[in-house]
Amino acid sequence: MSILLLYDIAFILEKSILVLVLFVITLTVAAYATFGERKVAAFIQDRVGPNRAGPLGLLQPLADGVKFFTKEDFMPNAAERWLYILAPGAFMFVACMTSAVIPWGTELTLFGLNVQLQVTDLNIGILYILGFTSLGVYGIMIGGWSSNNKYSLYGAIRASSQMISYELAMGLSLIAVVMLTGTLSLKEMAIQQAGINWNIWYQPLGFILFFTCALAECNRAPFDMAECETELIGGYHTEYSSMKLGFFLFAEYINMFIACAVIATVYFGGYNFPGVDPGWLGGLMGPIVMFAKTFFFIFVFMWIRWTLPRFRYDQLMHLGWKALIPLSILNMLLTGAGVLLFEG
Amino acid sequence: MSFWERIYLPAILKGMWITLKHFFKKKNTVNYPEEKRPVAPVWRGWHVLKRDDQGRERCTACGLCAVACPAEAITMTAAEREKGEENLYREEKYAAVYEINMLRCIFCGLCEEACPKEAIFLTDRIVPSDYVRQNFIFGKDLLVEGTTPEKRIDVTKRQKHIVEKAWH
Repeated sequence: MSILLLYDIAFILEKSILVLVLFVITLTVAAYATFGERKVAAFIQDRVGPNRAGPLGLLQPLADGVKFFTKEDFMPNAAERWLYILAPGAFMFVACMTSAVIPWGTELTLFGLNVQLQVTDLNIGILYILGFTSLGVYGIMIGGWSSNNKYSLYGAIRASSQMISYELAMGLSLIAVVMLTGTLSLKEMAIQQAGINWNIWYQPLGFILFFTCALAECNRAPFDMAECETELIGGYHTEYSSMKLGFFLFAEYINMFIACAVIATVYFGGYNFPGVDPGWLGGLMGPIVMFAKTFFFIFVFMWIRWTLPRFRYDQLMHLGWKALIPLSILNMLLTGAGVLLFEG
Repeated sequence: MSFWERIYLPAILKGMWITLKHFFKKKNTVNYPEEKRPVAPVWRGWHVLKRDDQGRERCTACGLCAVACPAEAITMTAAEREKGEENLYREEKYAAVYEINMLRCIFCGLCEEACPKEAIFLTDRIVPSDYVRQNFIFGKDLLVEGTTPEKRIDVTKRQKHIVEKAWH
């Protein structure tokens, strides 16, 4: 009985530490993603970007954070008080939750202990991720609606309709992967993609569809209809200021980080890389490979943002409903046929 | 549109190739306070009130610069030189207060041309930025050059310019 209890405590402790570490890493990555974004933007526009705060401007995220905290926390008179406060927190919470099922590596050997580098190996990992990304729309919708501002409401409506439309194609393109791998668990998927046996070779169309939908889900350019400063001032977070605004912006970067991690896990072999055993360096090699892939995709996200102009709203809907969804259904059919033919 | 144009992807990749090329290009930025863009030798910037070879202020507060100034940026108060101040001021009258409002100044150089004592010159120093308007009113502390040789401000190029003009 007591042994069982001890085991439970050890288990809870291990997972708590892992969650805490993952949380800190996620926040750090999100903070430095804002910095990276500005640097990438600057480099693409032949500028040098922020380089004043600290060496190479590396303390810029810290300065931004301090700025956010010290700004006046304004609330519009007509705002729906509690929902207004709740929205950024809800958005942030949902953004952070998704990282729980992503396998960052195989096992880490620490002080003779084997630590699984995944908070929880849900057997429905992909479903969990889809569920939480669709919850993300609540943060935006509540935030936009409760600020009682027409621009916010427009932004929120655009964001929610966009996210709901693109979720369909996203789910459908993932179904093809599920059919191929025969599992919903991300860990299982990562194991199946050992070496260079990545899903991208079997699902090139699915990858393009998923990637496009991920851009739209993260409200990133060219699908940043939710914000589009040039038309809606700031979209759903027009009325937000101080750290509440910071939470929204931050959560978007967390979303981007998680989306990139999911892309890396589902299509690009997760912690696998040919010629590299994820068990090297006491298990640290897995996370290194995984993060390298994730950062690469974050860079691609930024690269796309600073290359492509924003879609018009009707074009966005046209692309989502008339191109991506039929294509993902086609992809699903092709995959089904392929699975029947070769594995039947 | 043809099929390849309709699926956008080639165009997107082409665009991304262009931005990637720019990503690795040499940057045009000049990191201003540390790095300065070279300016012409006759650049008209921050004024200097010169001293003569004995370290006395040349300005005699005649007010011709203030009259010449199209932006009315110059104000001065004249004072009479007392006994024992001959080592400070070259002429019997001097400017007790000499102020240029750098926000009004248009750096045309007419004060320089108007000056009969060759006391005021514009230099290639750029007026630094500030947060407070008051700080842009430059008094004698910011305009008069120092007495020690290393604090002297070289205006030979501008003098040559004046000399050349006198020849023509």
